Amino acid sequence: MENRSTKNLIDNGAGRKSHPLQLFYNSSFKTAVLICVMIVCIMLLAIFISLFIAAQPSLRKFGVLFFGTSTWDPLGGQFGALPFMLGTLLTSIIALIVCIPFSLSVSLILGEYFHSGPVATILNSAMELLAGIPSIIFGMWGLFVLVPIIRGFEASIGVTPLGVGIFAAAILLSVMIIPFAASISREVIGMVPNDLKEAAYSLGATRFEVIRKVVIPYAGSGIIAGILLSFGRALGETMAVTMVIGNSYFMPTNIFGPGHTIASIIANEFTEAADPMYLSALIEMGLVLFIITIVFGIAGRYIITKASVKD
Amino acid sequence: MQNNDKNKKSVRLNILKDRIFFITIIGLSLITVVPLILILFYITKNGILFVSLDLFTKLPKATGELGGGIFNAIVGSLIIVSISAVIAIPVGILSGIYLSENQESRLGQFARVAVDVLQGVPSIILGIIAYVWIVLPSGGFSAISGSVALAMMMLPLIIKNTEETLKLIPYSVKEAAYSLGVPYYKVVLRVVLPAGLSGILTGVLVGIARIMGETAPLLFTSFGNPYTELNPFKPMETIPHIIFTYATSPYTDWQNIAWGASFILVAFVLFLNLIAKVVASKWKVKF
Amino acid sequence: MNKIILAAAAFLLFASAGFSADKVDSLLGAGATFPYPLYSKMFEEYYSVKQMKINYQAIGSGGGIQQLISKTVDFGASDAPMNAGEKKAAKDEVIHIPTCLGAVVLTYNLPGNPQLNFTPAIVADIYLGKITKWNDPAIIAANKGTTLPDTPITVVHRSDGSGTTYTFSGYLTAVSAEWASKVGQGKSLNWPVGIGGKGNPGVTAYIKQVPGGFGYVEQAYAVQNGMPMGALQNKSGKFITASLESVMKAADVDLPANGQASIVDTASPEGYPICTFTWIILYKEQSFGGRPLNRVKATVDLIWWMVHEGQQYNEALLYGKLPPKAVKLDEDLINSVVYHGKQVH
Repeated sequence: MENRSTKNLIDNGAGRKSHPLQLFYNSSFKTAVLICVMIVCIMLLAIFISLFIAAQPSLRKFGVLFFGTSTWDPLGGQFGALPFMLGTLLTSIIALIVCIPFSLSVSLILGEYFHSGPVATILNSAMELLAGIPSIIFGMWGLFVLVPIIRGFEASIGVTPLGVGIFAAAILLSVMIIPFAASISREVIGMVPNDLKEAAYSLGATRFEVIRKVVIPYAGSGIIAGILLSFGRALGETMAVTMVIGNSYFMPTNIFGPGHTIASIIANEFTEAADPMYLSALIEMGLVLFIITIVFGIAGRYIITKASVKD
Repeated sequence: MQNNDKNKKSVRLNILKDRIFFITIIGLSLITVVPLILILFYITKNGILFVSLDLFTKLPKATGELGGGIFNAIVGSLIIVSISAVIAIPVGILSGIYLSENQESRLGQFARVAVDVLQGVPSIILGIIAYVWIVLPSGGFSAISGSVALAMMMLPLIIKNTEETLKLIPYSVKEAAYSLGVPYYKVVLRVVLPAGLSGILTGVLVGIARIMGETAPLLFTSFGNPYTELNPFKPMETIPHIIFTYATSPYTDWQNIAWGASFILVAFVLFLNLIAKVVASKWKVKF
Repeated sequence: MNKIILAAAAFLLFASAGFSADKVDSLLGAGATFPYPLYSKMFEEYYSVKQMKINYQAIGSGGGIQQLISKTVDFGASDAPMNAGEKKAAKDEVIHIPTCLGAVVLTYNLPGNPQLNFTPAIVADIYLGKITKWNDPAIIAANKGTTLPDTPITVVHRSDGSGTTYTFSGYLTAVSAEWASKVGQGKSLNWPVGIGGKGNPGVTAYIKQVPGGFGYVEQAYAVQNGMPMGALQNKSGKFITASLESVMKAADVDLPANGQASIVDTASPEGYPICTFTWIILYKEQSFGGRPLNRVKATVDLIWWMVHEGQQYNEALLYGKLPPKAVKLDEDLINSVVYHGKQVH
């Protein structure tokens, strides 16, 4: 616990050596600390402003229609972001749908059933390892292992066996965000007060009923926050997606076909956007991605803080 | 009598549902381990064959020619990550100090939100920023521009870890130092930081492990280089970038190098994470 | 503590002084993947004779042009000459120096690697999405005697801005009126069908991995990966496979003074229909961005070497050597490069 009076004394000079060099060091250190914090705060604003300025030519030329047009024609100078918005949404939403049962299960097991012991150790370590694997490695594995499997699957259900495409990217993404979603939901599930659960048990409820009727409703908003944050994470994933998405400019017609996400098209085309309008259009999409990720991030964090203050 | 039977039945049904639920979620949980095992298995199976002394020491060869290694990428990654660390560590630790001491101040709250948001920014966006801020004005691709992008990624991790660690240090420790007449900056540098060293170091190691494997921001900042380059103002090759280039090529030889490089990368990253955990537990100063 | 800081500062100062040296030991180029197998060999040899490191990043012709316009590279490389919009964005005059000849071949992934014939109509229809299976009647008609499987054709094209695409689409525009009106010629197109690979390597990789894959790549990539190449029917009606001879026959044209010419859909009876020159592009006035003279000289020397001594490496990799007329033209173009108005070479 902080002792206010002592802190006041010190801040006002008590105990301080009166040597001028010490004073200089002290105030310069304090300034340095402040500068660093300011850098962090300003950085975010600077990023936004830079993106905004660089996106100006495209913003002014295409306006809001940019997000409704589906033609991406660098040759003709026509830039519409709809295919990539759709690609991004499709891959991330499918990834989320696939991921939720798994991450929820893991977080329930770790938050409710096994706090320690072999199962907990295995799952905890697995989640940590999975979270630590770099995205390019996921891309390697996705390209050489997952894509052939999906190709076989597509052949068996009678779809053009490309292997690469929206589906491959979505599956890869879902594996990548499982540890993230699991850790956040596990946090909130662990915050459910014991007396609520014990009250339910004492009425004869089974574990399942307690989870269904006490834990999930209580931790519900936190779980949703976890979902929002994972969604934000999936939206911005670049390398793994680029390697397996099939790179097509067109509106994705079915999930087994190729597509592009905002992140993957920026990665693909940034170094060759010869036309200033082309570069500006790519940066405009980057700006949108930036804003969406921030919105989801802030929303998620806000829900979590509200959930933890609830007690 | 009938009620009792009904009750027994519904109780048994409930117990059954409970068992099924448990089996389902434990099944799903264990399934999540499968991709991890598959990834580690394939990376090891395909990669370990191609990890050789040549891989570490030779430079890449022209297309279609056999042999060669990733020496330039290893050196490049080490240099770029080191520069990022030099940029991010001081800013991160100092910011973390501020945040741990200023819970209520408005600047602190804003900074905390900014750190959270920064952590969620897609790495490709940071690459665009480094391109706009550094590559264009300086007229060329350089390792430094890549380092700056990576430093922005590392920053939130270091700040958060520092803040969390320093918050745990009881104020009495600082009070004791102040009461001996030690000025603020010395209290922080000589008392607080050493006490929190394990947590801070953990943050640094985790941050390094994270950026070691990042590719997206380097695509248009550090660019690439078939030769070993020590000058940070020039383009440099990095391990994740060379993996990307070789993996998406048709040459089996290059793909093998990509597997070998992936194995090295995964081993190194997991090793760093392991060290971070050891540091966190073994070096922790307990109060 | 202070001593450490001082020592570090001194070190950095000396280090940066050393780095911003006048000595030039490396150059940066970026661009086409089309000649990349040749360039990477050339630059490897150049390093052993001149100790000059050439950092060439194969990011596609579009990338080469963009980086040249942004002035972030010493030279660019492209198989598509800069168009009007790009020349305007570059502001200063850009010279195109042809360095070699190559063929864009049609390669595919079928069991047994059969040698197939393709007519212009077949190729156009596949890329228009009208022919979707390997055992389509049109393909069977051109390949009597070969059994073709009932596999869907996985069309592969480029996902990045590509000179190879420019050449290929130039061919399709010349041979198919429907293609000319629907899609046209360019480095990045609105492809009716197909998946996109990044660079010639990416396209080759996809075709190699996907059964039934079909796409256009520079010849060296198909050869280096043991993939079959289709025989294409040229303007004279003959089915020609890409080879050094058929490429040189198509290249027997008079180059204009600026070095930019298209040789697709050649009239030569033994010529392969999809060939192209590839160019090194650089600014005529080399004094931009404060470039020092020795760097400019190094760049010019490199290109001079590439069109003279470097040509000995072309044919082994199945790239056509520059005909004598083209070498003479290149010498004139290189001699026109100036630094503050003065000739460099």
